[in-house]
Amino acid sequence: MIRVIIPSHLRSLTKIDEEEVLLDIKGDATQRAVLDALEARYPSLLGTLRDQKTKKRRPFLRFFACGEDITHEPADAPLPEAVVKGDEPFLVIAAIAGGRSAS
Amino acid sequence: MSGVRVLVGTRKGAFVLTSDAKRKDWEVSGPHFAGWEIYHVKGSPVDPNRLYASQTSGWFGQQIQRSNDGGKTWEQVGNSFQYEGEVGEHQWYDGSLKPWEFKRVWHLEPSLTDPETVYAGVEDASIFKSSDGGTSWQELPGLRNHGTGPKWQPGAGGMCLHTIILDPVNHSRIFVAISAAGAFRTDDAGETWTPINKGLQSLYIPDPTAEVGHCVHRIAMHPSRPNVLFMQKHWDVLRTDDGGDSWREISGNLPTDFGFVIGVHAHEPETIYVVPIKSDSEHYPMDGKLGVYRSRTGGNEWEALTNGLPQKDCYVNVLRDAMSIDALESCGIYFGTTGGQVYLSSDSGDNWSPIVRDLPAVLSVEVQTLS
Repeated sequence: MIRVIIPSHLRSLTKIDEEEVLLDIKGDATQRAVLDALEARYPSLLGTLRDQKTKKRRPFLRFFACGEDITHEPADAPLPEAVVKGDEPFLVIAAIAGGRSAS
Repeated sequence: MSGVRVLVGTRKGAFVLTSDAKRKDWEVSGPHFAGWEIYHVKGSPVDPNRLYASQTSGWFGQQIQRSNDGGKTWEQVGNSFQYEGEVGEHQWYDGSLKPWEFKRVWHLEPSLTDPETVYAGVEDASIFKSSDGGTSWQELPGLRNHGTGPKWQPGAGGMCLHTIILDPVNHSRIFVAISAAGAFRTDDAGETWTPINKGLQSLYIPDPTAEVGHCVHRIAMHPSRPNVLFMQKHWDVLRTDDGGDSWREISGNLPTDFGFVIGVHAHEPETIYVVPIKSDSEHYPMDGKLGVYRSRTGGNEWEALTNGLPQKDCYVNVLRDAMSIDALESCGIYFGTTGGQVYLSSDSGDNWSPIVRDLPAVLSVEVQTLS
């Protein structure tokens, strides 16, 4: 099982209290497979992590694992062994940056 | 028993303020969607318990929420806003061209006749329609494809379609306003659109009287006179008496004619309200004194309404969707500030008091008059 930690803003959409989500990935465990499984489990997250049509990652989201920023790794690259085994979580992080002001 | 429900969108969540018709004692519920920016919440005129909310975030994108019980509970509905066909290009701040890219929903306008139908004004500027209660959204691409898109440019807040007015008599007619493109009208339910900016003068564009490029901040209509519109532009307050075919300035004796909001009294179609803001670089009231200005003559002659509003050290702003007016016999005027206050006058503007004073920065205020 892969452990995924999502930010509190997204937990308010999935309506879960736990910080961590456990995902059973069929086939190769990759960034794309994790995001596919996460969206399949929680359709309320559609559009919050990646564009619904292009599947492009939203610009202010980052993915960390094993103390590394793996955001820019290829979407189909295998995730670190420790994440696949469930020893380490796959973290979805909201970057320290802001949206534009309204006026 | 009649009463009011005030739907407040803020930088960090939505709040629902309710009171009976006396508007003295208020119940505050919220924050709903805590931590998210709520650009707008509005109820269906046909079914007041049906609400729509625009929940948005620079990080996590757009959500639309729907309530069937006046805001007690909510359900997440469709959030896919896809432009139709070629997206085209608009001006960027530096004058270069940039393709349209969806960012957020600024304004939700429920249909006057069907609670399942709702329009969305979005950034980058366009209008979308849902006929299934917000589950799916289709663009009305005739507006974006008007042909003037390369001359549209973002205002300070982005290139947003922020005002949608549905004509209560001619159901094929819709007015919209875009910063910074101007006002547009359709007479065929959104198939084709015409810029309606004749009479506007904007010194910040190369041709001050151009067909498009104007930074319109807000338009208001009284339902009994759908051909009369009032406009707060970036600078200047204007009116039209011919459905937007021509506009004339009515700033008159206002101390500054910059501002964002404009509203019309529920029972007096020639009584209008603005909140003058010092300038486009200083988004706060003149001299630290917050004042609503009222004209009972449809413009030009304005009086300051300050009783109960801070008259010293006040440097808040009142954003474009943050004024609303109820339809009770003694007409109530509401507005919210970037300082988190929501002010109410239950006597047409003569006296003001805060309903709440410490919310997050207020982005929008909509009042529902309940019977």
